[in-house]
Amino acid sequence: MPALLVKTIVEKHPLAIRWFHWINFPVLGVMVWSGLLIYWANDVYRIGWGDRTILKFFPDSFYKALHVPFHLADGMAWHFCFMWLFFINGLLYVTYTCVSGEWRQLLPDRHSFKDAWAVVLHDLHIRKTMPPQGKYNGAQRIAYSAIIVMGFGSLVTGLAIYKPVQFGWLCTLCGGYEAARIIHFALTIGYVLFFIIHIVQVILAGWRNFRSMVAGFDIEESKPS
Amino acid sequence: MKKIWQFIFKKRADIKQETVRRTVLSFSVFTCCVLAGCVIMYGISHAPEDRSMKRPLRIVSNVNEKIFSSLSDTGHLVKTYPVSKAVKKVRVNGNIGMSSDFDAAKWKLRVLKSNGDTLFLTLDEIKALPKTEIVFDFKCIEGWSQVTHWAGVRFSDFIHKYDLDTEANMNYTGLITPDKAYYVGIDRESMIHPQTLLCYEMNGKPLPLDQGYPLRLIIPVKYGIKHLKRIGTIYFKNDKPADYWAEQGYDYYSGH
Repeated sequence: MPALLVKTIVEKHPLAIRWFHWINFPVLGVMVWSGLLIYWANDVYRIGWGDRTILKFFPDSFYKALHVPFHLADGMAWHFCFMWLFFINGLLYVTYTCVSGEWRQLLPDRHSFKDAWAVVLHDLHIRKTMPPQGKYNGAQRIAYSAIIVMGFGSLVTGLAIYKPVQFGWLCTLCGGYEAARIIHFALTIGYVLFFIIHIVQVILAGWRNFRSMVAGFDIEESKPS
Repeated sequence: MKKIWQFIFKKRADIKQETVRRTVLSFSVFTCCVLAGCVIMYGISHAPEDRSMKRPLRIVSNVNEKIFSSLSDTGHLVKTYPVSKAVKKVRVNGNIGMSSDFDAAKWKLRVLKSNGDTLFLTLDEIKALPKTEIVFDFKCIEGWSQVTHWAGVRFSDFIHKYDLDTEANMNYTGLITPDKAYYVGIDRESMIHPQTLLCYEMNGKPLPLDQGYPLRLIIPVKYGIKHLKRIGTIYFKNDKPADYWAEQGYDYYSGH
C-alpha cells in the first residue's frame, strides 16, 4: 500500500524574479545577436597557436547560415538600444535580490564548492546521491551568481569599448581597448554556453520545475504529521 | 462569463483545482507577454526608416548622443602615445570621395562663411599656422584600432586665425570632399576639441594620396568614419549637416 502523502502548494519563485528572468531572456538574445552583427566587421578571434587554428570565430558557413554579413549598422542600432533594457533589468534584479533577502538562497556559501562538485558527479551519473540542498544546490548557486558577475563584466567592458575616450579610465581598468573587446566577446560565448547547459538542465528537471519559473509555485509532498 | 471569472480569480481550497487555476492563469499571462514581445520586435524591425535606421532605434540613438555628449567636454583629452609606438604601415580602409581625377595642384580649401563670403586657402597658408602633432589610438567603427602619428593645425587655432569664431559657434560643422561623394557632420564640442586637427602630415611626411592628401580631418574623439580624407569644403550649420555614414544607418554622433 502506498504511503499516504499530503500535497501542499509552496511558493518557489517570487513574481519579481520571474519577470526579471523572462525579460532578460529575449533582451540578452537581442544583445547576443546584434553583438554578432557587430563582431563580424572585425572577426579576428580564434583559438589556436601560431598559424594553426583550431576554431575560428566564426566560420563563413556560420555567418552565411545566419545572414550575418554586412549588418554592422543594424547591429549597432539594436545593441545600443537594448543595452538600456539589459542594464535596467539587471540593476532591478540585483536590487530586488539584495532588498528581499533572496540573495541568501543565491550566493555561494562555504559548502557550495564542495557540493557543486558532488552535483556535477551526480549529473554525470558518477555519483548516486545529491548533496542536501535548499532552494538551489551548490552548482546552481555558483552558476547563478557567476552569471550576474558576468553581466556586470559585460556592462563594464561594453561601456569601455563603446566610449573609450569618455570612459578612458574604465578602458584602462579593463586592460585597454583591445583587451576590453576580447573580454566582452568571451563573456558572450560564456552566455551561450550557460544557455545551452541551462536548457538541458531545465528539460531534465521536468515540467514542475519549469512551471515554477512561470507560475511561481511548486507542489510539495510530505507525510502527514 | 462569471464562471470563467471565478475559475480564474477565485482561490480554491482543493489542491488539484488550485494547481490548475494558477497554472492556467500564469501561462495565460505568460503567453500574452510573449505575444506582446513579438509584436514589439516586429514593430521595431518593420518600422519606417530614418536615414536607413529603424525609427525607434534612431530615436534611442539620438537620446544616446545627448546623454554621452553631455558627459564629455572639450577638456577631456584622448590618451596619447610616444611617437615610437606609432605603426609604420597605416591601414587604408576606404576610398569614397577619393576620385582619381583629382588635381592636387589646383586644390584650395573652401570655407563658407556665414556672411556669404567664401574663403579660399592654399596648403601653404594652412601650414603657416602653428603645427600640432598627435599620436593616438585611431579607432574604426568596425572594431579595430591602430596607434598612428599625425600632424596639422588645430581646428580651434585655425578658426581663431581666420575669424571664424561666429561660424564655429554654430551647433555643427560640415565637411565635404572635392568630388562631394563623402561628407560628414560634426558637433561643435568635438570640432573645437584641442586634439582635432586639419591634418597634412602622417608619420612626419606629407599625407599619402590614399590618406587624404593634401588635407584631412583628424578627430580623435570620433570613430574613423568621421575622419574625412581630402577636405574640399568646410561649412557651418545649426542643424545637422548631411553625413554619409549616418545616411547608411550609422549613429550620427559616432563619438567615443
